[in-house]
Amino acid sequence: MEGDIAQLGQYIGAGLAGIGSGAAAIGVGHVAGNFLAGALRNPSAAGGQTATLFIGIAFAEALGIFSFLVALLLMFAV
Amino acid sequence: MAEETNAATGGAADAARGAADAAQGPGMPQLDFSTYANQIFWLLVTLVVLYFVLSRIALPRIAAILAERKGTITNDLAAAEDLKAKAAEAEEAYNKALADARAEAHKIIADAKAEIQADLDEATEKADAEIAAKAAESEKRIEEIRASAMESVKEVARDTAQEVVSALGFKADEKAVTDAVDKRLKG
Amino acid sequence: MEFHPMDQFIVTPLFGDGPVGMFTITNVTLWMALTVIAVVALLVLGTSKRATVPGHMQSVAELAYGFVYKMVEDVAGKDGVKFFPYIMTLFLFIVFANFLGLVPTAFTVTSHIAVTGVLALMVFLTVTVLGFVKNGAKFLELFWVSSAPLALRPVLAVIELISYFVRPVSHSVRLMGNMMAGHAVMKVFAGFSQVAVIAPVSILAVTAMYGLEVLVAFIQAYVFTILTCVYLKDALHPSH
Repeated sequence: MEGDIAQLGQYIGAGLAGIGSGAAAIGVGHVAGNFLAGALRNPSAAGGQTATLFIGIAFAEALGIFSFLVALLLMFAV
Repeated sequence: MAEETNAATGGAADAARGAADAAQGPGMPQLDFSTYANQIFWLLVTLVVLYFVLSRIALPRIAAILAERKGTITNDLAAAEDLKAKAAEAEEAYNKALADARAEAHKIIADAKAEIQADLDEATEKADAEIAAKAAESEKRIEEIRASAMESVKEVARDTAQEVVSALGFKADEKAVTDAVDKRLKG
Repeated sequence: MEFHPMDQFIVTPLFGDGPVGMFTITNVTLWMALTVIAVVALLVLGTSKRATVPGHMQSVAELAYGFVYKMVEDVAGKDGVKFFPYIMTLFLFIVFANFLGLVPTAFTVTSHIAVTGVLALMVFLTVTVLGFVKNGAKFLELFWVSSAPLALRPVLAVIELISYFVRPVSHSVRLMGNMMAGHAVMKVFAGFSQVAVIAPVSILAVTAMYGLEVLVAFIQAYVFTILTCVYLKDALHPSH
């Protein structure tokens, strides 16, 4: 427990940044859920929109990955 | 800081870094700028090799295979279409032959009927003619018989008249008696 | 812990302990070479028979070809098809590097920002240059949202411009982050398995993560490729 206050800040910050992953999970679930709801309402149009679905998921997930990256940077690089 | 990581991992410190100071953390290897040149160089080599392999060999070959398959399928479909047309043609020919045969049969039946009718007509006509001839002959004979009967009646009447006249004592003039009898018979 | 979760990403020379120079043969070289070999094995050796009725390898090769070709045609349009070899190269490199990285003890080349950054920058520069060459100044219409109210357009233009320049960053960091995160998490769970009490749970978790990572490896390659196609479409047809 002889670590300095900066390290404490790093670890707390990394943990807080980790919350972003959970938020991204909510976002991805939202995208996929809405896609499924729409697809069940109009299944014939769903096939052509899978690319859009993946793009949407990728954008939502990228932000979660960014927060994970921030956490990693705080843990290992700063 | 990244610079520190960089400095710590550069040169001789690189070799020293191992399990011993792993607990302290190697930092993020992704931010170790001393390896960037190496990675980028090998990445570019890889991409160039891949690009040439793909664009010169693999992709044209696969495109050719797919095109060939598509061609084969199209050809087969065309052949199938052709065969189908041929089958339709054959069916049509068969139907036509059937219709012809039927028409022929009808014609033959009609001919036969007409022939029979003609024969029948002829026979009927012949029979009619025969009957007519026979009837005429019969009539003629009846006429003859009637004529001979008349003649006989005339003769009998004349003889009778002559006898009656002579019995009454008169000299019978043959010619006058005959005229009188004829006149009477004609009545 | 006896190993660090980030140790798997260290670039080391294959022969000797010297410093990593530009032309040093490192584990990066090895795994990129394996990627090339895998691609050649699938797409060149797999199709060498040129069979009209394809075998297993040839079916997979044709499937990959059709998959990317359709993606380029659908997203980037008919005139995007001439960039098909380039996009196919990107897709195959990323998908094979991702999958090979999942082999235990492997080195994942796509988990390095240097690699994905170069890939994304190449796409960014290609698309930007192509946009200006094809459309001239009209390419700037990409930032001028003509369907928005006039007052909002300058604000939107600034936002669009920023988002345009963030593209290579998000494009590369998404791939690298996904790859690194999955592998690091797997290593973290593997580290937990040293503790006997939670070892079964941690091994189960590693297995589950591995399954997820197989999915992610493909999806990230797909996403990288389809975003490349989307950017290409923007360059070819900039009007909104």
